[in-house]
Amino acid sequence: MEHKIEYEKIEKRDRARRAFTGAVTYVLLAFWALVVLFPFYWMVLTSVKSYSAYNSEYIPQLFTLSPTLQNYVDAFTAVSLGRYFANTILFTAATTLLMLGVTVLAAYAFARLNFRGKNLVFTLFLSLMMIPNELVVITNFVTITNMDMRNTFLGLILPSVTSVFYIYLLKENFEQVPDQLYYAAKVDGTSDLKYLWKVMMPICKPTIVTITILKAIECWNSYVWPRLITDDERYFLVSNGIQEIRENGFGRENIPAMMAAVVAISVPLIVIFLIFRKSIMAGVSRGGTKG
Amino acid sequence: MERRTMKGWLYLLPAILFLGLFLVYPLIDVFVYSFEEGYNFASQTYHGVGGYNYAYVLRDPYFLQAVRNTFILVVITVPLSTGIALLISAGLSSIKPLRNLFQTIYFLPYVTNTLAVGLVFMILFKKTPYTDGLANLILGWFGRGPIDFIDGPYAAKMFVLCLYTIWIVMPFKILILTSALASVNQSYYNAAKVDGTSRFRIFVRITLPMISPTLVYLVITGFIGAFKAYSDAVALFGTNLNAAEMNTIVGYVYDMLYGNSGGYPSYASAAAIILFAIVLTITCINLLVSRRYVNYNV
Amino acid sequence: MKVVLQDLTKIFPGRGRKSKGDVIAVSDFSFEIPDGKLIGLLGPSGCGKSTTLNLLCGLEQPTKGKIFFGEDDVTDLPAENRGVGMVFQNYALYPHLTVKQNILFPLENLKGDAKLSKEEMLAKAQEVAKLVQIDELMERRPAELSGGQQQRVAIARALVKMPRILLMDEPLSNLDARLRLQTREEIRRIQRETQITTIFVTHDQEEAMSISDLIVVMKEGVVQQIGKPQEVYDNPVNLFVAKFLGTPPINVFDGKVQGGRLWIGEDDVLAADGIPDQEVYVAIRPEGFVLNEQGAFSCELKRVEVMGRDISVVSVNKASENEVIRSIIAAENKVNTGAAKVRFDLKPNKVFAFDRRTEKRLL
Repeated sequence: MEHKIEYEKIEKRDRARRAFTGAVTYVLLAFWALVVLFPFYWMVLTSVKSYSAYNSEYIPQLFTLSPTLQNYVDAFTAVSLGRYFANTILFTAATTLLMLGVTVLAAYAFARLNFRGKNLVFTLFLSLMMIPNELVVITNFVTITNMDMRNTFLGLILPSVTSVFYIYLLKENFEQVPDQLYYAAKVDGTSDLKYLWKVMMPICKPTIVTITILKAIECWNSYVWPRLITDDERYFLVSNGIQEIRENGFGRENIPAMMAAVVAISVPLIVIFLIFRKSIMAGVSRGGTKG
Repeated sequence: MERRTMKGWLYLLPAILFLGLFLVYPLIDVFVYSFEEGYNFASQTYHGVGGYNYAYVLRDPYFLQAVRNTFILVVITVPLSTGIALLISAGLSSIKPLRNLFQTIYFLPYVTNTLAVGLVFMILFKKTPYTDGLANLILGWFGRGPIDFIDGPYAAKMFVLCLYTIWIVMPFKILILTSALASVNQSYYNAAKVDGTSRFRIFVRITLPMISPTLVYLVITGFIGAFKAYSDAVALFGTNLNAAEMNTIVGYVYDMLYGNSGGYPSYASAAAIILFAIVLTITCINLLVSRRYVNYNV
Repeated sequence: MKVVLQDLTKIFPGRGRKSKGDVIAVSDFSFEIPDGKLIGLLGPSGCGKSTTLNLLCGLEQPTKGKIFFGEDDVTDLPAENRGVGMVFQNYALYPHLTVKQNILFPLENLKGDAKLSKEEMLAKAQEVAKLVQIDELMERRPAELSGGQQQRVAIARALVKMPRILLMDEPLSNLDARLRLQTREEIRRIQRETQITTIFVTHDQEEAMSISDLIVVMKEGVVQQIGKPQEVYDNPVNLFVAKFLGTPPINVFDGKVQGGRLWIGEDDVLAADGIPDQEVYVAIRPEGFVLNEQGAFSCELKRVEVMGRDISVVSVNKASENEVIRSIIAAENKVNTGAAKVRFDLKPNKVFAFDRRTEKRLL
């Protein structure tokens, strides 16, 4: 019965090893979760510390016993955070809507309509995906400046509208809708536009939602183009606004109020993310990259 | 023209207009700009054609600084972030409880405003007359210290920039790697287990080769992304990156276009094209190297 | 190596609280598998046969019960240390490795005393490749092989470390009909040559019957019957086993036992001595019919299908559970295809009666 003893040893060792790797895994994962979450915690914490309390902490405190919302009041009154918000919402809504219109029409043409030159144009479209934004920003800047559209919403919105990747994504989805539906609709005398609106879009709603959200997030976070095209504070978006607050701020270095502004900017995104977590993650994993 | 064809083009018209005006035309134009010497923005005139803009940019110490910064950033963050993401994804796919929670948390940086959260990193690392900041507090526990990570020595600034960059790019990598790991057929693992393979060997001999195309994809997009670093640097060090010695190539392009240096679209174009050439070269090298080691018929 | 299963039970916890949604995949499975035999685990999908296999190789842990390999209790031993060979349903060949590398893979895992030199490994791989006749394909990758060749590589990989037992999960299900016949002979041959106790899982009764030394018929996690294929076929313990084995399937009728006689509908067909009067199911194998114009059992003739050696008489009876009755008789018999009725005598050893409620065998 020598065997038995050896087996027990193997079993024991295996159990111990399993427990050990399990523990190490969880420690590692928890550590990274902490790294990710800590900045969020710190920004919320700092945003509820009072100005004087924050500045008197030579050694930063990891919690506060007397939270205050004064910083949020300051953020929306002392600087034009409210205006930056309004601008960003307007910019995001307009850009996303325009993008949707353009994208849906183009994707429908590629997926459903048959016309001469389609394949060629589609190949050209695909090759456009490889053009880095950094190359075209220069001329766009000159174009918009020459059109006298600096510091206007049109100037902000127009170059931000198109996105070849979303056209591609939606086209792929449109193509999955069975042909029979289209022929049935045609026999019933439905026009293409109506078919697109009444049949295609409802069926492909998940993809449309995904690209809408991804585009909206992109707009909300856009910094480079707005920075180039606006130098009038009245047209700043939140990204430029927060940079403005950082550099010219509240007249003095008011970090708690700045953090309040940061929280205010971050919350809408996080809420949207938590609601649409699945479609956002699915959309990103299908080829979205940041920036 | 046929009615059918007309209709097709009509549906495409908006997309073509937007893309043509803001993507295709600028792409051609940027090359034109880069060869127009002495272009004057106000009068829109130039007095010659040639490679002077490139020569100027390549001699510009600010540009060289930006290239140096960008390369350091790329070399440090791409391997580190891919490696850590691989480790975390492997851990993530080996657990069941709390997996969704971790996945959600890890994705958060993706949906944050780079500029805004960068400020949090700034205050965590900044040393002011009133406080040394949290990072220095921790350094103090190890008897080091205080360093100003935001306005201090170059290495310290670069450290913060790399850290923030990794923090920002991690969600995408973890997401992609986790789904790649999940797509490996469980029966390969079962077969290996029954054959008495150790966990480490399973990972090296089976998991890694199976997800190698994804790894290559991540490394390539990682290189491209890191070469275009800009907003994270602005978030940490402010808009005047040249003064902070923390400018990046993309930052240099924008600074040339507008901002403190005034408007020089020709120099900006030349710099942008140099950047593009670098990225293209590196991507090609990546592809060539990976073709050797990666097995695409998995 | 003999394998002993003792009260083996596997319960997959359900999603709901408590034991509400629990699925009992295997229930109280006890069996002693003799050394060197080929065992077929047979049953419809979801009967727990694959779970049994996973318990044997250690990929699943039993909820209750014990597993012995020889005298060793391996119940809690992890899969890595059990030393079993397994052929997976989809073969699970590593696509990035060549055939040779695939076969070497298990050998390279050996540690300590068992460790082999490079030459020894290659020799072993070559030997086993010869055994399954793939020694010409060693440098190919799995994607470049046909289904049958992949199957052989999978078997070679499972055999190369001379496992104590060999497990196969639906080894033939991914092959086309012709290859299936050929491969099952091959499996039989390899098993005979290696003398490794082999357990394979299948839902195809013909496959199990044709090559197994013993078959285990399972249903909903419970073992129904264990025995030599012919024994199980000739003496099914219950209606399920009777129905599950045999092609064409057995014919089932509503019947009754009355006064020591077995009745189907209005026909008094056979003696049923010693069975109390009751309603029963009567099951008759297709080959249990003998044409006889004075026969006891009468049916309405539908059609006659000629199959060369045999003819199949398709008829209808009101008491039949199936839509039609299929009977196989030798081709020498002439059937009057124009007749409305056909009468049979029944071979007593091909007729079974089962309890209405428990479906257990009565006759």
